[in-house]
Amino acid sequence: MLRRNKIARGLLLALLLTLLPIIVHAQDEVTDDEVNEIAKDIYCPVCESTPLDVCPTLACDDWRELIRTQLSEGATREEIFDYFARQYGDGVLANPPRRGVSLIVLWVLPALGLILGLLLFAWLLRGLRRNPPAATAATPASAPSATPVPTGNQSLDDYIARVEREIGE
Amino acid sequence: MSETVSSPSTTPSTTPQAGKRSIRWPMILLWLGIFALLAILGWGLLNTNATRPEVGQNAPDFELEFFNGYEWEGLPIAGLDDMRGRPVVLNFWASWCVECRYEADLLEQTWQKYKDDGVVFLGVAYVDTEPKSLDYMEEFGVTYPHAPDLGTRVSQDYEITGVPETFFIDKNGVIRHVQIGPMNQQLMDEIIPQLLEN
Repeated sequence: MLRRNKIARGLLLALLLTLLPIIVHAQDEVTDDEVNEIAKDIYCPVCESTPLDVCPTLACDDWRELIRTQLSEGATREEIFDYFARQYGDGVLANPPRRGVSLIVLWVLPALGLILGLLLFAWLLRGLRRNPPAATAATPASAPSATPVPTGNQSLDDYIARVEREIGE
Repeated sequence: MSETVSSPSTTPSTTPQAGKRSIRWPMILLWLGIFALLAILGWGLLNTNATRPEVGQNAPDFELEFFNGYEWEGLPIAGLDDMRGRPVVLNFWASWCVECRYEADLLEQTWQKYKDDGVVFLGVAYVDTEPKSLDYMEEFGVTYPHAPDLGTRVSQDYEITGVPETFFIDKNGVIRHVQIGPMNQQLMDEIIPQLLEN
């Protein structure tokens, strides 16, 4: 009985030792999904506007393999993007880092355009308020405190004055 | 009624001046901004439409950081300026490029043939991964200096259309021939002696 237990334990140990490297290897293996999760944010270097995860060229195959290798070596997503930007330029990244030309084209220009648009809008609005169209300028309701211009018609002037007073009250 | 007529609430002479004063700075800023925007757009357009260096024009300068195990005259990093006074054959290639394989042996043989005459051969790996580049160089046993095109700066400056592509640069840094596609022996033996004569 004791001997049988010893044999069973020995077999179990041998089995564990055999399976251990396989289990460890399986855990280290980088899946296609993990590679593609990063590859989708990198663009093919030789065909325009094609993300790496769906690109069929040999160059893209090599790049995906490189991502797999870097992931298996423990590189983070950001480290991999940094590496690709350094090696092949910021243009291969779907979200280029905010520096150099990318900073100007993707961030400074739109911000400048927005500020200019707002300034222009404010300026136009101001101009409209200063010089209202003739129809609204004749209506004193928009500016109750302003002095009404005599029209020459006595009854109309009286009416406007009365409206002014009532608005003032 | 007399109230409304005789009590003007504002002095007409002061209002426009105050308005002008307040509107001047936004206007200046607005115009400055528009000019800045146009300048940046113009600069971008100029860069985008940068013309490809042609035969007879000066070759754009570059700096290459060679692969491990490769160097040029003892230098791990060298530029075109360092090679002034010597003809340069600048070849763009990639390990994934099938046509590059057709010319790899020829380039090595031609380098061996002309290296003692002072001709510089440089290989630039275009958007290639380092392990694959190293495998390729080992496969073809290339001995002349090779470097990755870091940030694709050199290929952008030379506006290459693809790989393989080879630029023949004379002793004065002027481009004398551009070969799009694989090289052949006859072409090499025609161009390189001309570069050595110039």
